[in-house]
Amino acid sequence: MTTVLATPELEATNERQKRRRGFFLALPAYIYLSLFFALPLLIVVVYSFATRTRSGGTALEEWNLESYRKLGEPIVTDILLRSLTLAIITTVICLVLAYPFSYFLATRRELTRNIMLVFVMIPFWSNFLVRNYAWRVLLGNDGPVSQLTEGIGLGETTILFTPTAIVLGLVYGFLPFMILPMYAAIERMDWSLLEASRDLGASGFQTFRKVTFPLSLPGVIAGSILVFIPSLGAYVTPQILGGGKKTMLGSYIVTQFLTARNWPVGAAVSTVLMFVMLMATLIYFRKGGRTL
Amino acid sequence: MSTTQKELRGASRWALSLNAVLVYAFFYAPIALLVLYSFSDDDLVGRWGGFTLDWYRAFGQNDEVQNALGVSVRVAIISTLISVVLGTMAALALERFRFRGQRVFDALLYLPVIVPDVTMAVMMLLFFTQGISLLDSIFGIQLSKGIATVALSHIAFSISFVSIVVRARLSGMNEKLEEAAQDLYASKWQTFRHITLPLIAPGVIGGGLLALTLSLDDVVITQFVAGPGSTTLPVYVFGLIRRGVSPLINAVSVVMLAASILLVLLSSLAQRARGGQAT
Amino acid sequence: MGEENEAGDVASSADAAVTITGVTKRFGDVVAVDNVNLEIADGEFFAMLGPSGCGKTTTLRMIAGLEFPTEGSLKIFGDEVGTLPPNKRPVNTVFQNYALFPHMNVLDNVAFGLKMQGASKSEAASAASEMISLVQLGGMEKRKPSQLSGGQQQRVALARALVNKPKVLLLDEPLGALDLKLRQEMQTELKSLQRELGVSFVFVTHDQEEALTMSDRIAVMHEGKLLQVGSAEELYDRPVNRFVADFIGQTNLIDATVADADMIVLANGTKIMAPNPHLAGTKVAMSLRPESISIGASDDIPEEFQATSLQGEVSNVVYLGHSHVYTVEVDWMPLEVRTNATPTSQVYKPGSQVAIWWDRRSDWVVPDEGFSS
Repeated sequence: MTTVLATPELEATNERQKRRRGFFLALPAYIYLSLFFALPLLIVVVYSFATRTRSGGTALEEWNLESYRKLGEPIVTDILLRSLTLAIITTVICLVLAYPFSYFLATRRELTRNIMLVFVMIPFWSNFLVRNYAWRVLLGNDGPVSQLTEGIGLGETTILFTPTAIVLGLVYGFLPFMILPMYAAIERMDWSLLEASRDLGASGFQTFRKVTFPLSLPGVIAGSILVFIPSLGAYVTPQILGGGKKTMLGSYIVTQFLTARNWPVGAAVSTVLMFVMLMATLIYFRKGGRTL
Repeated sequence: MSTTQKELRGASRWALSLNAVLVYAFFYAPIALLVLYSFSDDDLVGRWGGFTLDWYRAFGQNDEVQNALGVSVRVAIISTLISVVLGTMAALALERFRFRGQRVFDALLYLPVIVPDVTMAVMMLLFFTQGISLLDSIFGIQLSKGIATVALSHIAFSISFVSIVVRARLSGMNEKLEEAAQDLYASKWQTFRHITLPLIAPGVIGGGLLALTLSLDDVVITQFVAGPGSTTLPVYVFGLIRRGVSPLINAVSVVMLAASILLVLLSSLAQRARGGQAT
Repeated sequence: MGEENEAGDVASSADAAVTITGVTKRFGDVVAVDNVNLEIADGEFFAMLGPSGCGKTTTLRMIAGLEFPTEGSLKIFGDEVGTLPPNKRPVNTVFQNYALFPHMNVLDNVAFGLKMQGASKSEAASAASEMISLVQLGGMEKRKPSQLSGGQQQRVALARALVNKPKVLLLDEPLGALDLKLRQEMQTELKSLQRELGVSFVFVTHDQEEALTMSDRIAVMHEGKLLQVGSAEELYDRPVNRFVADFIGQTNLIDATVADADMIVLANGTKIMAPNPHLAGTKVAMSLRPESISIGASDDIPEEFQATSLQGEVSNVVYLGHSHVYTVEVDWMPLEVRTNATPTSQVYKPGSQVAIWWDRRSDWVVPDEGFSS
């Protein structure tokens, strides 16, 4: 047998080789994401400092902060405010619906729980566009909701193409994003702590406020971020259920690129949105969130 | 836990059950009605006019829909295959190795999951526009947006989702199994082939189904990077919806919905296979 | 260690199953195994014993090839294997918690090694079934590991390793996951299996009783260093230092200073007869096993034990059926004394003034090195 004796140098070489193997295994994805994700991201940031030409093109020179200054104009701040409001309302409604639901889910027997979970996963995975479209059908002029409200004497329902419809669509779309992390947090809670709390004389409500809720907080935060962020950047829902009349941030960005042809402003709004998302995600991981 | 359940009594227990029923009704009533109306023999989308399969027949005969469906399927298959390979390799590298630049790579892998799709759409649009004009001006290569740009964009976000699912599976797998295989005379490749791969297979399949779903569902990004002739089914449907509702859209929607649900069921089967843990 | 000694090691290593010379393993700044020299004979049942983190598992993994030494030589039957990957070494391992392949049935688990070595399917299957019967699992070939009890899984792990006819079998805490009764059964079984096969078994454990019952020789490790290698009796009666004395069995360790070659001085000034090789003034500890000590009335010390006795007060007594365990407070520390309980034996109640004494051959002086347990 021709085997070399172990030496520190040989060990170092082996370790380097192992590192290199790991690196080469990661390399294809690394290159791909650098080229088709990191670079595009950089381009957006660069564009946000560029100038719009009269013809609607973008001049990649005379770098300036004009686009960011535009974000302070009433048109944009209005949209920003509306988006924020709708996203917050959506998040709160999801919270109120999802918390008791997740609690209920987590306290079922295992078989029941698994079956119930599958029926949460189905809307989670189903085509978002189609699910929003379903509401468009339901809320339409002579649609079933209107027929129902007329039938019971409440008159025609006219919420389609209003902010209410947008919130409805967003809640419908993102509720599973709230339920799943919240359920996970409640489910892995140490239930004996609740018994200990009751044993120490706390009432049901006190136990919830002082023990249950704080323990489930990571799930609440994760779910809120997972709902708030896509709601803020929503584009499909406002288009389908809001009729595109009162725009939200997502629609505004799209408009800047496809119709108004003001790419630098669109890029600036995108950059800000991305920054908000990153901050929110960092908060999530700081608060002990592990997976998305 | 049973004692905790018993403590929930009276009003609060009723309220919880009622809330659960309402949430499920909220989830499923619109879908159920949509399915119902797709069989309705009435030109108005939200009215029942007797049973018909006409709208599904129209779906089958509409060339534009068929083309869009073809594009969707092709893009989904290509992007799934590539992102499964790249994503699995990335997951293996991150879970089983230490290497320089690992933290940057880890972060880069997470970003596509958190960036909103509108932003990602804008990124890809600017990138391809710039890239195509650059290739033209430097090399004189004439390219345009098409199926390739759509697939490239889908891969860019799918890699991350695949790697997250596969990583979860890998981290739940006992590394000692790989050592045991090597101790039993398996080479590195044989260890991967006979031990690692079969054990992470549910994760790889689950990740692949997720990638397939994401690709089949995406509207926003695709809309920005598709060229003429590379319209996918969701983009086509989105265009139709903006012009107005129609019973044909109902039928197309139900087909898309059915595909999604089939994929969820498959993936939950894959995750459950061999006692695997879900993500 | 002198030149001659090393030369001697090399000369004798051709027929040794495992020869470890000057092996060190560092993980970053941590020295997991520190310059270990060790020889394991062919056909020997050898234990590596120590608390967790002492380097015993790392040593085993280096023999298996799952870690490479940072430096030093590692030979199996005279062949240098230190940097050979695990799949090229003629050794097999029974892993802690067994590491059975969950997606394969018992037969495929056991046949895995043979298949990887290129055996045909039928060859591998027949050799595997034979081995499965040997470990008394005949009829379970088609079961998945998850359908087996802990003891059965253990047997599969053994069969999976032994079917390859390894030159040395390595076992990493093989019995750790079993309950007490099963563990005792498996101890006897492992021992007889090893005798039958005549192959060296090297096993790692933190359980000193397990090591003492099963092994021909035991290596005690602590903080990466090999402290002592020897038979159970050697380790028990003649530990090389305070750590080994304390780790192997129960003992009273009494701090003392050497007076001369025959005498040591305890903390309260009492001189005790204790032959020792140390220089006068050296800090030492005297190891005194509880069962070596006799107990009696204060004025009852037999003449020949006067120089190996102490006075004290009983503070506690526990009856264990076959024995009484006393806690006797001498001036400055409590000592444990264990006496056989016979119907006629005198029992001393707490508070009694007593004398304790022992044979001068049963105390053992160890250098008071930095080790503490």
